[in-house]
Amino acid sequence: MDRKEFLKSGFSKKAAAPRSTARSRRLLNTGLAAYQGTFGKAELQHLLRRTLFGVKKSELDALSSLSLSQVVDLLITPLATPPAPPVNNYNATYADPNVALGSTWVNAPYTDGTLNFHRTLSFKSWWISQMLDQQPNITEKMVLFWHNHFATEINTVQDARLSYHSNALLRKHALGNFKTLTRDITKDAAMLTYLNGYLNSKAAPDENYARELQELFTLGKGPDSKYTEDDVKAAARVLTGWRINRVGNPPPVYFDVTRHDTANKQFSSFFGNKVITGRNTSTAGDDELNDLLDMIFAQQEVAKYVCRRLYKFFVYYELTPEVETNVIAPLADIFRNNNYDIRPVLTALFNSEHFFDPLNRACYIKSPMDHLVGFSREWNLVYPSTANLDVQYGMWNTLRSFGQLLGQDLGDPPSVAGWPAYHQSPQFYELWINSDSYPKRNQFQDLLITTGYRIRTTTLLGDVYAMANQFANPSKADDLIDDSVAFLLALPIGTNTRATLKSILLPGGIPDFNWTDEWNNYKNNPSNTTYKTIIYAKLMAFYKAIMNLAEYQLA
Amino acid sequence: MKRRKFLQNTAAAGTILPITLGSHKLQAFGPNSMLGALAKAAAQTDRVLVIIQLNGGNDGLNTLIPLDQYSNLSKVRQNVLIGDTKVLKLNGKTGTGLHPAMTGMQSMYNEGLISAVQNVGYPNPNFSHFRSTDIWMSASDSNVLEPSGWMGRYLDQVFPGFPTGYPNAAMTDPLAIQIGAGVSLTFMGPDMNMAMAITDPSSFYNLVTGNTDSAPATPAGKELTYIRTIAQQTQEYGTVIKAAANTGKNLATYPSNNPLADQLKIVAKLIHGGLKTPVYMVSQGGYDTHSAQVDTADTTKGAHATLLQRLSDAIKVFQDDLKLLGIQDRVAGMTFSEFGRRVMSNFSNGTDHGAAAPLFVFGSSVNPGIIGNNPVIPSTVSVNDNVPMSYDFRQVYATVLKDWFGLNDSEVKSAMLGGTFQTLPIFKAGSTKLEDFADLLSRISLDDPYPNPASGSAQVRFYTDGGQVELRLFDTMGSLIRIVSQGKHRSGSHELRLDLNGLRPGNYFLQLAQGNQRVTKTLVVR
Repeated sequence: MDRKEFLKSGFSKKAAAPRSTARSRRLLNTGLAAYQGTFGKAELQHLLRRTLFGVKKSELDALSSLSLSQVVDLLITPLATPPAPPVNNYNATYADPNVALGSTWVNAPYTDGTLNFHRTLSFKSWWISQMLDQQPNITEKMVLFWHNHFATEINTVQDARLSYHSNALLRKHALGNFKTLTRDITKDAAMLTYLNGYLNSKAAPDENYARELQELFTLGKGPDSKYTEDDVKAAARVLTGWRINRVGNPPPVYFDVTRHDTANKQFSSFFGNKVITGRNTSTAGDDELNDLLDMIFAQQEVAKYVCRRLYKFFVYYELTPEVETNVIAPLADIFRNNNYDIRPVLTALFNSEHFFDPLNRACYIKSPMDHLVGFSREWNLVYPSTANLDVQYGMWNTLRSFGQLLGQDLGDPPSVAGWPAYHQSPQFYELWINSDSYPKRNQFQDLLITTGYRIRTTTLLGDVYAMANQFANPSKADDLIDDSVAFLLALPIGTNTRATLKSILLPGGIPDFNWTDEWNNYKNNPSNTTYKTIIYAKLMAFYKAIMNLAEYQLA
Repeated sequence: MKRRKFLQNTAAAGTILPITLGSHKLQAFGPNSMLGALAKAAAQTDRVLVIIQLNGGNDGLNTLIPLDQYSNLSKVRQNVLIGDTKVLKLNGKTGTGLHPAMTGMQSMYNEGLISAVQNVGYPNPNFSHFRSTDIWMSASDSNVLEPSGWMGRYLDQVFPGFPTGYPNAAMTDPLAIQIGAGVSLTFMGPDMNMAMAITDPSSFYNLVTGNTDSAPATPAGKELTYIRTIAQQTQEYGTVIKAAANTGKNLATYPSNNPLADQLKIVAKLIHGGLKTPVYMVSQGGYDTHSAQVDTADTTKGAHATLLQRLSDAIKVFQDDLKLLGIQDRVAGMTFSEFGRRVMSNFSNGTDHGAAAPLFVFGSSVNPGIIGNNPVIPSTVSVNDNVPMSYDFRQVYATVLKDWFGLNDSEVKSAMLGGTFQTLPIFKAGSTKLEDFADLLSRISLDDPYPNPASGSAQVRFYTDGGQVELRLFDTMGSLIRIVSQGKHRSGSHELRLDLNGLRPGNYFLQLAQGNQRVTKTLVVR
């Protein structure tokens, strides 16, 4: 593949000219010390909203008796087994000559582009289903984090098998060791395709991956990251010789020493003038890659850079000098002292007083995936079973396409830098919300709790009565408002908003017992359509109003 | 005084600003504030710019076709080359024509409604769609990541402080409208994107606004305020857009099955409906024609022909509509694409990512004609060779800002991130006159370098009638690798020795630039 969809030359990252007087800083001095305050329902919700895609009521109930450290341990425990791979759901539309309906295609021959298109949707839909079916466990969030970090685009890779296996690699190391992940992703077929690593040879060096390895994957472009253009060139030479055997199923990566630059590679003073010895053996590729990563990972900046990215992904985008000192620096020390294992970092962060600082709560604008998957989970949407693969994958794909409409097409970030909302100053997460996407977010949730989304005879619908009925006293209007708001919104509402919500349940200021009567009438006579109509109409309007508040976009 | 300046001055005087967090909360400034007055004073023109983005990288060599380069082009892109007799003729131009599908723009050119600029690009081309698009939209140097857009910076000068206090009595309408799902970097201001994205001007989804509960003075409150601001503006601007769509008309008959025409139809209707919005952006995707750019049986047909036909038809009907509506003198349009395509075609009847390409500005206010010369195609072309730039795209932007929107030089410079870019004679009433520029007036010339091919060094001789002269060396990727000579030269012939040490063997382009004139020669280094 002759691909040039990559970042060719290096950037100097120009700092945004901040309107410092207009954007005042968060003045918070909390650090990594263990959080000692109350770990109540609000704190549990804060933790789960950031580490999961939305929160189910059943999860809150199940975890409410645990301590903070117990919940964090549960969240960061790697899953025992990897999920079963995506399958052929498309046979009725486009027959796969090598894969039966319901069997997996991930190791089957490529055949043609149309088939690959169907497999791509199968893979993306499958990924959505992993998010929908997540345990109370951070793995899915971490897979997205790594996907955004080691970004590849399925559109560019153009082989769904490679993208699936790349995703499986991110899953395998999601809570593992960052250095190991970096090593494996360097030799990953999707990444080698995406950044032209497979074309990188002694005769025609391609600096693409070598540059991103330093600029985006490990060192970043912070003020203390001082690798040079010559370091990019030298690293490119270290990485020469990796190839993909396109006839394999899936195409395996191999090392071809005849394409490898066997000379010594000299690095700059930033790397202590390190020389990586050139090799000409069959293991030269691995040996020199290990030397290269040892050299890069010896730099203090690697841990800091990754911790900053984790911070922006899980806490907030604003890195004040206090945050650098009190959070990033000690977190980076933990990362380094644990030889780049990711879990000790997450343990420290999620147990910290800083994470629970009131100034860090409810300030995270939901990503489209937070919004869509989170909605599905908090509303307990029942997705179709495997009995009809076409409809099952179709529904998952519907959610994926909503994500695309809202600016986050899973598997196809806009560039190797990932989604701008995770890194683009000055707006960061605010970039998710604009005059087109915000109405569409509302449209999605309004549709899903009123008429629902229908594929053939299957309808995806959030049941407003079931939502209300899971709270302690839904027949009491005040309790229903308090419980619903606390469950769906990350920050409290004001008195005017509360009054508006109450007027939906009790129009014209009629006494509270009217709602109690209406609720009990339906509850005791669920087959009575008159009672049902009243309750459902009010609850639809009620939950629509709650979720149409700007507060619903925050986590 | 600009808002930024105002804030700085206020802060310097030791005053505590009535704000807590985030620029979005400067709610003390209402519609009748000084800022509103400023905005009113600054809204100088009723002119409109319509930007047409051609996504994917348009093959300029098959768009504005250099007929005088056909002997060399036929060696390296025979399978996509359009037969020279089928190329559409342009009045007064023998060596340059348009793709056969572009009959609409041909008649516009011949009626004097098009200014085409040759070989527009930037010094160190990037071949990533995203990066190169960002470079065009931010108007940054190619090695700088700039978070704001060129139109965002322009709009920030005219409408300072956005979104605080907007809409207001002086500016009731969106500052920019993008037809489509998202807002582009082009409109990103210092704090916030200035554009409103719309897909259907007659239907807006109702958003909850007017929440009277105040937001807390925390980061959560800051983000809450941001989202409420978007809701408020979407709602308020939605109302005026809907009203304009109801009032506005289309008098021309737009073609069906042409998504770009659909978008321009909305733009014409909104302008006619009275929106004061100065900038619109529309787009047409599909230009990434790596394969099947042309049909094997007939190179005048195929994916690229379909795209160019839609582009040409859409621009033509839009221009006709503007004329019928009586608003043609207020509106100018401009195309851009993130890059052109490679000189050599590939085996699958397509072309890979390239560098410079032509750009079209259209409307009743443009100087009709072609600015610049055809690209020069060397006699031997290798697989990575590109068309080098003759004009920086920021020269076009600077011209738009100065000659169309009436900014002064320092304002243009600020919108161009501090860079100074010579304007081009694109607009009739512009600061640069066509007479200063016509390529008929040979004020400079450049001899073939000697020897050629050369190694070690080559002799270069050029002629100027006097002035600031720049001699540039590009590699075949289109990268500006060296400025060989730069400075004021007396009238007459000048000669210099070009040191070729350190240059890899292959083709290079030597370009002489004086004012807006360019002469390019190829040089082969052995």
